[in-house]
Amino acid sequence: MKLVIAMIQPHKLPDVKKALFDAGIHKMTVTNVVGCGQQKGYSETYRGVVHNVNLLKKVRLEIGVNEEFVKPTIQAIIKGAKTGKIGDGKIFVMELARCIRVRTEEEGNDAIG
Amino acid sequence: MEMINAGDTAWVLASSALVMLMTPGLAFFYGGMVRRKNVLGILMQCFIILCAVSLQWVLFGYSLSFAPGNPLVGGLQWLGLSGVGQAPNPDYAATIPHLAFMIFQAMFAVITPALIIGAFAERVKFSAFLIFTLLWATFVYDPLCHMVWGVGGWLRSLGALDFAGGTVVHINAGVAGLVATLVIGKRRGYENTPTPLHNLPFVVLGAALLWFGWFGFNAGSALGAGALAAQAFVTTHIAAAAAGLSWALLEWNVNGRPTIFGTVTGVVAGLVAITPAAGFVAVPSAIIIGILVSVFCFYAVSVVKPKLGYDDSLDAFGVHGIGGIWGALATGLFATKSVNAAGADGFFYGNPQQFVNQFIAVGVTVVFTAVVTFVILKVVDALVGLRVKEEDEEIGLDLTQHQEVAYTVLE
Repeated sequence: MKLVIAMIQPHKLPDVKKALFDAGIHKMTVTNVVGCGQQKGYSETYRGVVHNVNLLKKVRLEIGVNEEFVKPTIQAIIKGAKTGKIGDGKIFVMELARCIRVRTEEEGNDAIG
Repeated sequence: MEMINAGDTAWVLASSALVMLMTPGLAFFYGGMVRRKNVLGILMQCFIILCAVSLQWVLFGYSLSFAPGNPLVGGLQWLGLSGVGQAPNPDYAATIPHLAFMIFQAMFAVITPALIIGAFAERVKFSAFLIFTLLWATFVYDPLCHMVWGVGGWLRSLGALDFAGGTVVHINAGVAGLVATLVIGKRRGYENTPTPLHNLPFVVLGAALLWFGWFGFNAGSALGAGALAAQAFVTTHIAAAAAGLSWALLEWNVNGRPTIFGTVTGVVAGLVAITPAAGFVAVPSAIIIGILVSVFCFYAVSVVKPKLGYDDSLDAFGVHGIGGIWGALATGLFATKSVNAAGADGFFYGNPQQFVNQFIAVGVTVVFTAVVTFVILKVVDALVGLRVKEEDEEIGLDLTQHQEVAYTVLE
């Protein structure tokens, strides 16, 4: 089992969600986050004073998957989020030690799917 | 100056302030309906209209609308309010200062273009919006205002009744909105993703401010603090109440649950519908006008709009256009001289001709507005381009057009 964590542009979320659904991946957790990456940030102006904002709004997706779904998940996220410009985001994949479904107390592969 | 009546003047000035508040109220009504990335764009457009059209109005808009002229447009005698002073103008309101009448009308000129922005929300360049608004105020609102309300105006001479602006304000803005959304096109991804409203309590707050301000809009249109103002005040309130309840019951029946969004939409539709009729109809007629407007508008926004597939984002046409047309026609059905001797009897009071007059006024308004609005949009598109870039639309108008954001993620 793997845990896929992706940081993407907020406005690409609908596209990513659609790509994931099309690939048969329906379970995910989504949060609003801010962060810094390679993107330079942007300026906001309040009463004439310019503020440089370098913590940018991003959306964080967390998806726990069985091995055979790791590749499709990554591909779907790339398909939905990639524009080719700086700021498209990152995908982290890590080992997932255990997964327990609360309702049934199932463990592992059964619980995740 | 001895002709000035203190009560009348006090009421018209207070009404002007009430109508002024409707534009910020509308800003919240619309602002709550858009996505969080575009809320400031809506608030900004409403406030800039309040600033820009107010100036346009005193510099030349008022003259084009109300100065003596030909049947289609006013003259230029009152440029910069020249000759518009503290003495009353008996052609329009004999008991209040001419300036009071002028500033009351200014608030109408302001809110009308603000209503249109609901149709093209979330996708138009700020520069294009600003040019469009000024051209539209000058070439659509001012001439139509003259035709309907100005001395010697064509529709006024025809005998069409419009108490507080059903044609001039609501049909006008609604049809302009429909034309705008057809010319500009849908928001990106309109078919695939719903665009959930980001702050429903704002919508309710805005509707409450609109309801409050509408007493100035309609009862203030009596231009005096007398019996007619009381009549318009009551019909306005009752039509809004009937329409809000009617919409909620309709939704409960059709969709299984009554919603607050539907209820406040119904209230606004009721206020729109009663606007041309407020000072001409009896209270029971106001109830009927209110109940029925929700039926027509509900059908327009929940059945017709999805079927035809146009993106009137915040239902400027569905509520103001449809509600305004119903109100104007209903005035021809329900008007009675027993309420207002200066009005006319309608269809149900033995005068079918009045219904025909109302029908002509609606038809002229729709055609005039549609044609001129279309031309203005094409001109603005050629000058600066109407739509924002695709990427800017994705990021949102707040950041791309104004370099501000409404809400933070972290403090």
